[in-house]
Amino acid sequence: MDNINSLIGGFGDVLSPMNLLIALLGVTVGTAVGVLPGIGPAMTVALLLPITYGLEPVQGLILFAGIFYGGMYGGSTTSILLNTPGESSSVVTAIEGNKMAKAGRAAQALATSAIGSFVAGTIGTLGIVFLMPQVVKFAISLGAPEYLAIILLTFTGVTAVLGASRIRGMAALLVGLTIGVVGIDFVTGQQRLTGGLPQLADGIDVVVVAVGIFAVGEALWVAAHLRRKAGSVIPVGRPWMGRDDWRRSWKPWLRGTALGFPFGALPAGGAEIPTLLSYTAEKKLTKHPEEFGHGAIEGVAGPEAANNASAAGTLVPMLALGLPTNATAAIMLAALQGWGIEPGPLLLTKEPALVWALIASLFVGNLMLLLLNLPLAPAWAKLLQIPRPYLYAGILFFASMGAYAVNSQPFDLWLLLVLGLIGFAMRRFGLPVLPLIVGVILGPLVERQGRRALQLTGGDLSGLIGGPVAWFCYALIVIAIAWPLVSLVRGRRGRRGPGGGDAGGDGPEPLTNARAGHSFNSSEA
Amino acid sequence: MSQQHPETTVDTSAAGAVDGTGHGTKDRAQYGLCAGLGLLGAYVLFDASRIGAVASSNDPVGPKPMPILLGVLLIIVAVLYAVDVARGGAGEAEEGEDIDLETSVDWRTIGLLIGAFAVNAVLIEPLGWVISGALLFWGSAFALGNRHHVRGLAAGVALSLITFYAFAIGLGVNLPAGILQGIL
Repeated sequence: MDNINSLIGGFGDVLSPMNLLIALLGVTVGTAVGVLPGIGPAMTVALLLPITYGLEPVQGLILFAGIFYGGMYGGSTTSILLNTPGESSSVVTAIEGNKMAKAGRAAQALATSAIGSFVAGTIGTLGIVFLMPQVVKFAISLGAPEYLAIILLTFTGVTAVLGASRIRGMAALLVGLTIGVVGIDFVTGQQRLTGGLPQLADGIDVVVVAVGIFAVGEALWVAAHLRRKAGSVIPVGRPWMGRDDWRRSWKPWLRGTALGFPFGALPAGGAEIPTLLSYTAEKKLTKHPEEFGHGAIEGVAGPEAANNASAAGTLVPMLALGLPTNATAAIMLAALQGWGIEPGPLLLTKEPALVWALIASLFVGNLMLLLLNLPLAPAWAKLLQIPRPYLYAGILFFASMGAYAVNSQPFDLWLLLVLGLIGFAMRRFGLPVLPLIVGVILGPLVERQGRRALQLTGGDLSGLIGGPVAWFCYALIVIAIAWPLVSLVRGRRGRRGPGGGDAGGDGPEPLTNARAGHSFNSSEA
Repeated sequence: MSQQHPETTVDTSAAGAVDGTGHGTKDRAQYGLCAGLGLLGAYVLFDASRIGAVASSNDPVGPKPMPILLGVLLIIVAVLYAVDVARGGAGEAEEGEDIDLETSVDWRTIGLLIGAFAVNAVLIEPLGWVISGALLFWGSAFALGNRHHVRGLAAGVALSLITFYAFAIGLGVNLPAGILQGIL
């Protein structure tokens, strides 16, 4: 009951006119950037970070929460109307969603994804209310070795489980960890990797890294391959659903939620696996198997719900443990650090008002999104017509402004350019960006916990082993690295690995199409 | 992380299109990335070797082991990555709404964008954000193919004025006024 009381307190904080306005601003901006090509919620939150340092932490988090949820609503609009999912988590939605849109059922596809997102987001947020304090209770008893093990498990998750290639994920993680080392050592005051530059003595600000990798890197990458003729947008009216659509949607929503939330809440979850699982499940359970591949509403409802529920789930490790498992959560953690708030198990004890206001704002934002998205979908779709030169020039403009504003030094702009070129190279070579940003944020933490663990044993390495929780984490890490089934699952996820192509008959085929280049699909259209 | 099998096999259509060499060719530019990772690892080790050993009872580990560990891992990953490439592995270039992987990399646009970026970095303090930001927006839009110069410049000036008043004056974000100090 404590949780409920705290939550009501949180609602009390959120329901002031100013905070409601900020929540509305957040969901509006979030939906807009979700719809806009090339911009995702992670990039938006990164771009807005320096600006929010002028706001109260509560208001900043409310803004970010709105962008986080809004970005996913908007993202599904794009993947349904344009068949070019901006994020890996909406790849699955695009499969059936775009087919529905082409068959003249865009309104129903948008409606089931918006309402499904609302259902999943609300249940998922309730899940946070009940699960997060339990995780905190458990986490607060953990010592440095256990915490170290959990962080290492997160590293394994973002590199080995979420990505397509472990070696590329590992490379990205190591680059991120190296960036995190730059600066003055927190114990001894020695300079590391600064090259003698005084501007680097304080380390490279996470904001500059995030803006460089997400915004500048993305803008440069798009600029290098800018599609000269824009993809065709399927015109859409106001979303609505008939009786039959409701009947076919509500079970996939609930099943998708049940699949998505636990995956998101794991330190190694992510949205890709649950959305795919949901798609496969709906395909098996449907009474209309003949419609799959031609626009089945279940194939939109389930994965969309799974996507949103998983996003809600990622807030559990973020708030309870200070561990980010997706890019937006990573940048929200950086924001907390920027306000001088230490993320981690003590966050809920030290800043209960902040945490509960954030959770309450998720409920409020979710409702706003439903009201905003159902009637306004045609207006949002118009955003897809924005001239691309202005769009990407605007991204570079806001990126430069944000990076400069952090420390007011032009040096950061050069740093931003270098990081942008790294981000460009990562996109060119297919290196995932999430491990890098997680490495930058958790790098200093992992070193601190490791040194603290060894301090207890006077430098004896046995100090790293810790208790049962740590053993359990290490066991999971070993399983994740060694389990050959993982690569089998990856083969099923549409990566055409050797021998992966024949691994399963039903899953891979539509996914292969969705991933194998949208140029292929759009030339068909 | 000692898995050595080629992890992602080539998405031939995308990877082939990226370097414009068609199907079946190895993406050799990846070796450059491996070399870069290896060099980074070597530099991290070199830098770590210069850190003086600090012995202290409350920090038996000191600042050295972390960079040494990272440097060694970077070199190992660089080698494994190269092995993966040699065995035919290739990363999948990122796709997106506005990305057409059929085209080869447009270096002219990239160069112009870097130029616009550099102009902003050089001019932001002497001339102020309003001027340098407007130039950045106009220059980037030009690089990306915008040929409505007046409209582009007007949009740039409007954006930089709005951001200056909203963020620098409204929210107290640090943006320099430059030569327009006192006018704005």
